[in-house]
Amino acid sequence: MCNVCGCGTGSVEGHSHHHDHGAGHHHHDHDHDHDHDHDHGHSHHHHHHHHGDIHFGQGPAGVEVPGMTQERLIEIETDILAKNDRYAAANRTILAGREILALNLVSSPGSGKTTLLCKTIEALGDQPLAVIEGDQQTANDADRIRATGAKAVQVNTGKGCHLDGHMVGHAMEHLELAANSILFIENVGNLVCPAGFDLGEDAKVAILSVTEGEDKPLKYPDMFTAARLAILNKVDLAPYCDVDLDLYEANLRRVNPTIDILRVSARTGEGMETWITWLRDRLAQKAKPEAAE
Amino acid sequence: MHEMSLCEGIRNVIEDQARIHAIKGVKAVRVEIGRFAGVEKPALEFAFEVVMRGSVAEGARLEMIDLPGRAMCYDCVKEVEIDDRLAPCPDCGGGRLMPVGGDEMRIKDLEVI
Repeated sequence: MCNVCGCGTGSVEGHSHHHDHGAGHHHHDHDHDHDHDHDHGHSHHHHHHHHGDIHFGQGPAGVEVPGMTQERLIEIETDILAKNDRYAAANRTILAGREILALNLVSSPGSGKTTLLCKTIEALGDQPLAVIEGDQQTANDADRIRATGAKAVQVNTGKGCHLDGHMVGHAMEHLELAANSILFIENVGNLVCPAGFDLGEDAKVAILSVTEGEDKPLKYPDMFTAARLAILNKVDLAPYCDVDLDLYEANLRRVNPTIDILRVSARTGEGMETWITWLRDRLAQKAKPEAAE
Repeated sequence: MHEMSLCEGIRNVIEDQARIHAIKGVKAVRVEIGRFAGVEKPALEFAFEVVMRGSVAEGARLEMIDLPGRAMCYDCVKEVEIDDRLAPCPDCGGGRLMPVGGDEMRIKDLEVI
């Protein structure tokens, strides 16, 4: 299993990625021979420490009886996802150092992420960029991206439902990212779990297709709260599916009053220009942090 | 199974602590879960029992402490407490609320022997 995510055996395409230390961590048969005296000696002197320390006299009886086993309370105060956050922070440092704009593209399966990405790559012309494709299985999406001439690496999460900071860190190593480039991270199609896992990105971009229903933002509020931009994709289909695009937008703003929204059709090219401008603006901000908002 | 991943995270933290403090067994794990953390409590409980097997926390009790949801109301520009992610502002009735707290997922402490 791969560190924090527990998502089974993740693999970076072409590089099977088994973590032996992961398998080993289920059995910790440490010898603590020398520790016991030491521990015992300590135990009667440390009563009230605030940082990750041991509290005595707080067992059920509220007393401390020498020679008797006393339950101890160890204060931890650690985020459950602290390990993922450390990987994400490391990714963020690398990306900032090279002035790379990293976007985490999140959506349901079938919202048109990969098509949008292919068209975006075309529209960006000679802008250096790279793509990390996350899926449970197959390299289909990375193949589609590579057909455009862009660098792409596929990360298969196996049973996992999201990419995590560790997987993305490895994928970044495979990509040899150019300075001042854009890194698109296409997350696993899932509107739930990817909201909680920081990858080190500058922003999450949520992609919705108009066929999904106007109440999608209300059904999966966390993802749209976490996103900086929502792209309403496939707007060319709107006349055929009785969708109210204004209601779509109102629902997005209800769960995230500050979200940017773009209406786009990757197929017809409608709205693509605005999206490309949004990307170029964000990249320019990344290159000159002092000009950032 | 997002909750499974969270329990792997909990196990990682416990095993680190077990090494530092020479813990022989964990009796209880107290976690703080924000109302908007998106954690399904029965699923977390189930995953916890399974994931802790073979660790110092096998058979440990999982205690979940609820933390309230807090949001900034963009209509009255106040921070308010709300129970439901889509609830209106309790002060002004406005519907444009941005969560600012309640997404916590934190291990508070361990009761150990």
